[in-house]
Amino acid sequence: MIEVRGLTVRFSGITPIDDVSVVFPGGTCGLIGPNGAGKTTFFNVLSGFVKPAAGTISAFGENLLKMADFRRARWGLRRTFQTEMAIEQLSIYDNVAMIHEHSGAKRASRRADVLAALEFVGLTAPPKAKVGGLNARERRLVEVARAVVGRPRLVLLDEPAAGLPDEETEHLSGVIQRIPEAFGALTILVDHDMSLVSSCCSTTAVLDFGKVIALGPTAEVLRNEHVIRAYLGTEEDV
Amino acid sequence: MGAADAQSSGATTLPARFHLGPATALRGAIILGLFLFVLLAVPSLVGPDWLTTFASVAIYSVVALGFDILYGRVGMISLGQVALLSVGCWIGARLAYATAIPFPLLLLATGAITCVIGVLVGLPSLRLSGLYLALITLMFAGAVTVALGVIDFPNGGGGFEGTSATGALTTSNPPVRRPAIATGDTAFYRYIVVVTALMFLLALVHVATKPGRAWASIRESEPAALAAGVHVTVYKMWAFALASFMTGVVGCLLAAQVETPRAITFQTQASLTLAATALIGGIFSLWGAIVAGIFNQLLPFLFQAQWGVNSNFLLIIFGAGLLQVLLTAPGGLAQQFPKDMANLGRLVVRGVRSLLPSAERAS
Repeated sequence: MIEVRGLTVRFSGITPIDDVSVVFPGGTCGLIGPNGAGKTTFFNVLSGFVKPAAGTISAFGENLLKMADFRRARWGLRRTFQTEMAIEQLSIYDNVAMIHEHSGAKRASRRADVLAALEFVGLTAPPKAKVGGLNARERRLVEVARAVVGRPRLVLLDEPAAGLPDEETEHLSGVIQRIPEAFGALTILVDHDMSLVSSCCSTTAVLDFGKVIALGPTAEVLRNEHVIRAYLGTEEDV
Repeated sequence: MGAADAQSSGATTLPARFHLGPATALRGAIILGLFLFVLLAVPSLVGPDWLTTFASVAIYSVVALGFDILYGRVGMISLGQVALLSVGCWIGARLAYATAIPFPLLLLATGAITCVIGVLVGLPSLRLSGLYLALITLMFAGAVTVALGVIDFPNGGGGFEGTSATGALTTSNPPVRRPAIATGDTAFYRYIVVVTALMFLLALVHVATKPGRAWASIRESEPAALAAGVHVTVYKMWAFALASFMTGVVGCLLAAQVETPRAITFQTQASLTLAATALIGGIFSLWGAIVAGIFNQLLPFLFQAQWGVNSNFLLIIFGAGLLQVLLTAPGGLAQQFPKDMANLGRLVVRGVRSLLPSAERAS
């Protein structure tokens, strides 16, 4: 369980996250909102790249904000970025293994764990192949494999389906849904694809201008009129 | 041969991930063959001045290797690598005069001290990158040139300080000692080749394992590396430590090879030329470092001593080569040359094929 209390982030004059309190109970949770709502900033706080001005984050009972950024991976934090971060010069195996070797997981189980992660995401390309030679779909799967290898506890997926065609989003959706039970990790999904969010996430929080405007079961949240207004705007706003 | 034997005998005991494919075994055999040729055959094929040049090629290829690791693997541009070589040369010479420790220990001690200096020079890389880091390291190179000039390197005499009352830059300096097993020029050339091979092996072990993967991750993106749990500070400093250690070790070799090292040999400009040749050779491949060493040391020798051409023309060639690399072949010659050869081979095959039917028709 991730418990966020009174989280505020300020960048000289802007407040991208404004007194946010939210609880992600477990399983796969959605985090949605219009562009600029503060979703990626929230992920950056969890990753340790952004220091909040106020607030606390308790992750499975531990104070996440007290942990140095690079130590959070060892604790079990994994994330993907909006831009691709798989390393082109390295092989698929090495890309996933490098996360494993900094995760604190046992060296003896590295090969088995890495291959299991690749199988989990359904990547059929040979592990020795360089990531530079893969297509967009395969690279995205490598990114997800990097996010689930080596005993993850909290997996942050930042727009994993952006730019993928529908049938590939469907495959990815199946993969994301199975993360919590396969690895026991709480997964937070940020995406603009509402069908992906509603098929993966039991709980969803909605951010708008740095504030939580809705939180609850995904189906209810997506029907919430504040949420619809935030996404579509109102006559007054136009 | 040797590599293939080792592989077949080890195959039964090693876990699956250590199995080498036939391509790797072939490549290992070719490298071993080349190494043995350079080590054993070359001294009997060429004259002493060529041998000295080849020794310099080996030394500068290790310096280029350090540059390649910093820029090609981690993405930190350092223009002070030849300055570190001169620091290594100076430390090696001073330690050789002041102590009587065995030569291999002398190499290690020089490498270790240069390593500390290199890490200090690399500290700004934690905050700076790109042009700013390049400028800082270039300033270091300039400072080393000035410092060595001021202290009248080597200014004869014994001990750590090495100042002698008789004055600076005398030819009466005792030569920097060489290892007892390799006092002659040919033997010392072989010694240099072996140490160079060990340095390449050290680099290979690093880039093929955990540090290499962590460096690649930092090069791709520092936030992503942090998110992957890479201690960015440690791995950046590690890269500087490795590059400086290797450069220091060959600096000590250089001191013993030229026997009376002179400050005038090391110009700030040499650090820039090294960066250019390293880029031309290819910064992503270990072969690129050897190509860089050849460009840096063999070409000036060919131009000046063999063909009687002013070696300043080389700067134009390096400039043009650098431009070509930046525009068309970011992987440098080490990656471009095999591709070009493959293309040429394909062209030849196609040409022969197109000729054959017409030849049959004619008959």
